Amino acid sequence: MSEQATGAAPKGGDVVKRHRFSTRLWHWINAVTLLVMLMSGLMIFNAHPRLYWGEYGANYDAPWLKISSARAGGEEYGYLQIGRARVTTTGLLGLWKDQDGRVQRRAFPYWVTIPSRYSLAGARIWHLAFAWVLAVGLLFYLLWSLVNRHLQRDIHITRAEWRPSHIWHDVKDHARLRFPTDVAALRYNVLQKLAYAGVLFGLLPLMILTGLALSPGTDAWFPLATEIFGGRQSARSVHFLCAFALVAFFLVHMAMVVLAGPFNEVRSMITGRYRLPKDKTA
Amino acid sequence: MSRLILSRRTLIRGGAAGAGSIMLSGCDKLFENPTFRHTLEGAEDLHKLTQRALGRHALAREFSEADMSPQFRANGSREVADPVYRQHLAQGFSQWALRVEGLVDKPVTLPLDVLRSMPQRKQITRHDCVEGWSAIGQWTGPRLGAILDLAGLKPQAKYIVFHCADLYHGRPYYESIDLVDAFHPQTLLAWSMNGRPLEQAHGAPLRLRVERQLGYKHAKFVTRIEAVASLGGIYGGKGGYWEDNGSYAWYAGI
Repeated sequence: MSEQATGAAPKGGDVVKRHRFSTRLWHWINAVTLLVMLMSGLMIFNAHPRLYWGEYGANYDAPWLKISSARAGGEEYGYLQIGRARVTTTGLLGLWKDQDGRVQRRAFPYWVTIPSRYSLAGARIWHLAFAWVLAVGLLFYLLWSLVNRHLQRDIHITRAEWRPSHIWHDVKDHARLRFPTDVAALRYNVLQKLAYAGVLFGLLPLMILTGLALSPGTDAWFPLATEIFGGRQSARSVHFLCAFALVAFFLVHMAMVVLAGPFNEVRSMITGRYRLPKDKTA
Repeated sequence: MSRLILSRRTLIRGGAAGAGSIMLSGCDKLFENPTFRHTLEGAEDLHKLTQRALGRHALAREFSEADMSPQFRANGSREVADPVYRQHLAQGFSQWALRVEGLVDKPVTLPLDVLRSMPQRKQITRHDCVEGWSAIGQWTGPRLGAILDLAGLKPQAKYIVFHCADLYHGRPYYESIDLVDAFHPQTLLAWSMNGRPLEQAHGAPLRLRVERQLGYKHAKFVTRIEAVASLGGIYGGKGGYWEDNGSYAWYAGI
């Protein structure tokens, strides 16, 4: 981002170079990787659809989250239970029909899992191979972004941007769907910076760290990874929560792309070329 | 208006489901491609290499009695139907013995009281199932390394295979580990769990503890240990029941 065209400052309507090659490449590799990680992860969750806090947790122990099915008055239903609250989720979670119309009593349905038919072993093969792509990709992207100063120039939040009044102003602009135009659109606004920095330095490293904490081999040589979360089952819970925080990021990200002009936005992430929006109020 | 929203919603849902099912069947198809699948499965070697490079001799964490699971879940075979086994069970395994053979200098037969009179290790460790659950329990038994030293491994021996008394879904359960894990100080043949002789559901009379790997490696009802140069000729050839019958990874440190 922010590689300005030579000469005069660009204005609304101009096509400028927006995203670097390294950003575009990593963006799409990461998009595919995260989707595979999420969907294979949901299948792994299906093998034991309960979450616990602490070091241990199995069927005799009380989960804080559980997806299951039960029977009430001859009627079978699927449910999601968090603490003591139970929501009926028949057709979606816990009890659903598969691609052949057969009733399944697994947590997540076939259309959000990899593989689509129950296979813990298959899901682990996908998940644990793509985990390397995620971790190595993130490492190289962050290092390269330090070298080419993408992090310092585009993601770094300045002291002025940290001011609550500035952040509040940006929140109000977003709420009114007023997006930056002309040369201002060349730079990320503070909410964008917060979101991207939160994913790059918060959620993705947490996913990797909690993932490592689940490995009994890693727990032997790097016990800190498990201990800082308060145990293996806590790390598993945080792994799941961070995955859903990434899903939330993805949904907001998609909404913003659609609102800001999907063609221009997607093009800028493929070719790097971006047409600066015009200020329509002027 | 509400009809319009509904139909639009239906459209979006239909579109998403359509795109999703194309992607899903694509992933399933891709996974059937042997080259793609082998590439993904190749990550197993990378896991083993990394774990060994960073923590070849690392010890699994040990816990205090206060950390133990109130109830330890039993998984896999909980009962053994084999009549010889059932007779030993009825006799409290007093006539039972472990056979150690294969690529060893002198095959040995070790009755349970001999195994109990060897130097013992007691450890409270966390058992992690491949499904995602964990339970903490206390295990006591002789080190596998000490048993292998009694028989004396031949230089060609690369793997230790554990033959079990149980059939799981009609097939004999077995497992295998390499010598790094076999001689790891926490690798035991446990005859006691939580201060009592091992119950049938947990693998009496002897269960392998290989603490830095997932639960399916911890073979129960171990009756025979075999030192081998290669896993190729044994049962399905992949080194374990779940490796042969469910394409689970042989290296289960992750």
